[in-house]
Amino acid sequence: MTEATALYDLPGPRTRRRHAVYAVLSTVVILALLAWICYLLFDTGQFAYTKWMPFEYKGIQRLLLRGLGNTLRAFALAAVLSLALGGLLAAGRLSDHRPVRWAATLVVEFFRAMPVLVMIFFIFVALKAQPLTALVAGLTLYNGSVLAEVFRTGVDAVERGQREAAFALGMRKTQVMAYVLVPQAVRAMLPTIISQLVVALKDTSLGYLITYEEFLHAGKLIASNLDYDLPFIPVVMVISPIYIGMCMLLSWFARWVSRREQRSPKTEAVAVTTAEYGTLLPGGEPPTAPRP
Amino acid sequence: MYVLKDNFSTYVEGFLGTLQLTFYSSLLALALGFLMASFRVAPVGSLRVFGTVWVTVLRNTPLTLLFFAVLLGLPRFGLVLPFQVFAVLALGCYTSAFICEALRSGINTVPRGQGEAARSLGMNFGQTLHLVVLPQAFRSVIPPVGSTLIALAKNSAIAGAFSVTELLGTYKTINELGYNIVWTFVWIAVGYLIITLAISALFNVLERRYGVAR
Amino acid sequence: MSRTTRAPRAVGAPRAPRALCALAGLLALLAAACGKEGSPPRKGPAADKLPDYQVAQGFSLPDSRTWTRARKRGHLVVGAKEDQPYLGEKDPATGTYSGFDIEIAKMLSASLGFPPESVRFRTIASANRETALQNGQVDYYVGTYTINPGRKKLVGFAGPYYLAGQSLLVRKDEKDIHGPRDLAGKRVCSATGSTPYQRIKADYPKAVLVAYDTYSICVDNLLTYQVDAVTTDDAILIGYAAKAPGELKVVGRPFSKEPYGIGVPHGDNALRFALDDALRAREANGDWKKAYDATLGLSGVPAPHPPAIDRYPAS
Repeated sequence: MTEATALYDLPGPRTRRRHAVYAVLSTVVILALLAWICYLLFDTGQFAYTKWMPFEYKGIQRLLLRGLGNTLRAFALAAVLSLALGGLLAAGRLSDHRPVRWAATLVVEFFRAMPVLVMIFFIFVALKAQPLTALVAGLTLYNGSVLAEVFRTGVDAVERGQREAAFALGMRKTQVMAYVLVPQAVRAMLPTIISQLVVALKDTSLGYLITYEEFLHAGKLIASNLDYDLPFIPVVMVISPIYIGMCMLLSWFARWVSRREQRSPKTEAVAVTTAEYGTLLPGGEPPTAPRP
Repeated sequence: MYVLKDNFSTYVEGFLGTLQLTFYSSLLALALGFLMASFRVAPVGSLRVFGTVWVTVLRNTPLTLLFFAVLLGLPRFGLVLPFQVFAVLALGCYTSAFICEALRSGINTVPRGQGEAARSLGMNFGQTLHLVVLPQAFRSVIPPVGSTLIALAKNSAIAGAFSVTELLGTYKTINELGYNIVWTFVWIAVGYLIITLAISALFNVLERRYGVAR
Repeated sequence: MSRTTRAPRAVGAPRAPRALCALAGLLALLAAACGKEGSPPRKGPAADKLPDYQVAQGFSLPDSRTWTRARKRGHLVVGAKEDQPYLGEKDPATGTYSGFDIEIAKMLSASLGFPPESVRFRTIASANRETALQNGQVDYYVGTYTINPGRKKLVGFAGPYYLAGQSLLVRKDEKDIHGPRDLAGKRVCSATGSTPYQRIKADYPKAVLVAYDTYSICVDNLLTYQVDAVTTDDAILIGYAAKAPGELKVVGRPFSKEPYGIGVPHGDNALRFALDDALRAREANGDWKKAYDATLGLSGVPAPHPPAIDRYPAS
């Protein structure tokens, strides 16, 4: 077993035999399930030539690549802007001035509580923005607010002694922040930050709903065409591995950073977050945010 | 203000739609999540692999893509169901991956010694699970499960864009009637806040009653 | 290691490291290297030749903000639909638009002094048509845009150029369905939440309604005997019938009136009147009928008389 839980004892010879039987049985069931799905795919003619033929054409490939490019462009913009907004809001929340702190808290709490799609639609429909602007603005407001919380908890998580020592050396607050707390906080929170970017990457697909011509939109254009026999399933088979692959690569990167930073001597005064569950859930909370 | 009064029935219909969607998807997510969590901690390798693949794939899938695949792809298999059911299926399966991880890390917070002690007292597997592990795990999973379900309620907005009756989708109807669009959205926002705050309150009560003292 | 991880994000970023650019380029090459040119084969008949429209020489419309802006730009930007065969359809492979609405847009462009080939089409979804016209994303919009009093408050309408109405699409061998009255107990498909859907639900409650968010799925279901009829505006249905003229037909008299207009920015009356005049001239010289015959006419439904133009006064 990879992880030991309190549930099971180390298996003895008889238990091992029993487990082996279970393993065989469950493997059979799972394989049967897969076989059934494959049968359905073949039975409904999802591998028919007409349904896959469009992908042979350069024009279609270019359409998909252009869609992918648009997805990545929205992601890049949203990522950079959310990091900036997150930093700004975190600075606001850590401010010494009460009104600034309140305003920042209000903004952060409001945008975290709203479904990101409601904000995107609001900007798109009510403020009459272009699809890309609406998508990036919506993603920035939401992810920026979440990242602000991540930054803030990161700064708060640095051992108190660090801050006290820095003040004792006569540093001003800005210096304490810039030279002592923020560098350590960012290192510690890097895995969470990257995980939040995975959420942003996944949420770029919301652009499909406001007719931003991204990857999924390109897929839909191919899939709903009668000339190609409505290749919905083939389109899903082509685009989902790319989406999932991109997100997995980024989440894997988050885990790699997490492992690396945990070993690093530069993060001794702060606990490095692990890129764990929850962090990848759109609309979910980052794992280290303190609960009220 | 008139926006709410004049379109109250539309809003209520949308609100109930979101509520329904959230409720049924939550049930599905909790059930599937529990099943997958038990797979992931099972001593049987193939089940663990299945659970891990389920969680990894779903966690890295954009929800919009999943909606697209379920609502538009499944009918290609000749499976024709109401859109509402498809939406519950998509949302429930998606969230189950996160519920599963919350439950699993809850089970992992119970120290191994607890299980060992229970077994050395002569308890069998059922008793260990029922009397020792689950009560302790339950406490520590209340907050993460709560926030996952809040996220589910928020994510249900995507269903509206796929022609399922729910709160966000009401903006279309009201907009066509020519009402002030900003106020329309304000009331939609209020509707979502009511639902998320209600879930949050429910889980706060649960945590106060059963949770770990912090 | 981290390099390959960040690679996907680098596409389109101007200052990405060279390795990333190379990787992205390689990916694009790999995908593009093994492709066929042209567009995948299409179903249904195609016109031998699309009509040519004579471009008006020396045309000028200084009173129209939209026209002056387009003149400066050098071409018109026209909003359209992308998923309605023979009406407003975009070829996914080549990105070119075709159909009756597109032909209307082109002939009007010629009348405004812009060569029809130079028109840039943009897909605008139904929900965003008013917005796109209001904030200048498109100069005018041609895409099954029904004129109604509510919309007239938000945008201007030239035309109508076609009088559509809700109708029924059935299989060629269908003998029982001749109109909406025959729908009792039949499975009828339409777009979720659309006006045609609501009308069937309210007026013919005995019909069994099936809904998808795309009409092409309804048509596919009709061809595979999963539903018995598809309902929406006849123009859209005629377009689908033309995709499979041997298998589908439009039956009965339309049971609603949907005059399709050309949407223009609200308040640009000069452009609206110019389009009205242009449309009238094109109807008189036979271009309108040529456009119909080359697109929707391929379904076998003969060209109707174009509706009277509703030139309402400037407000």
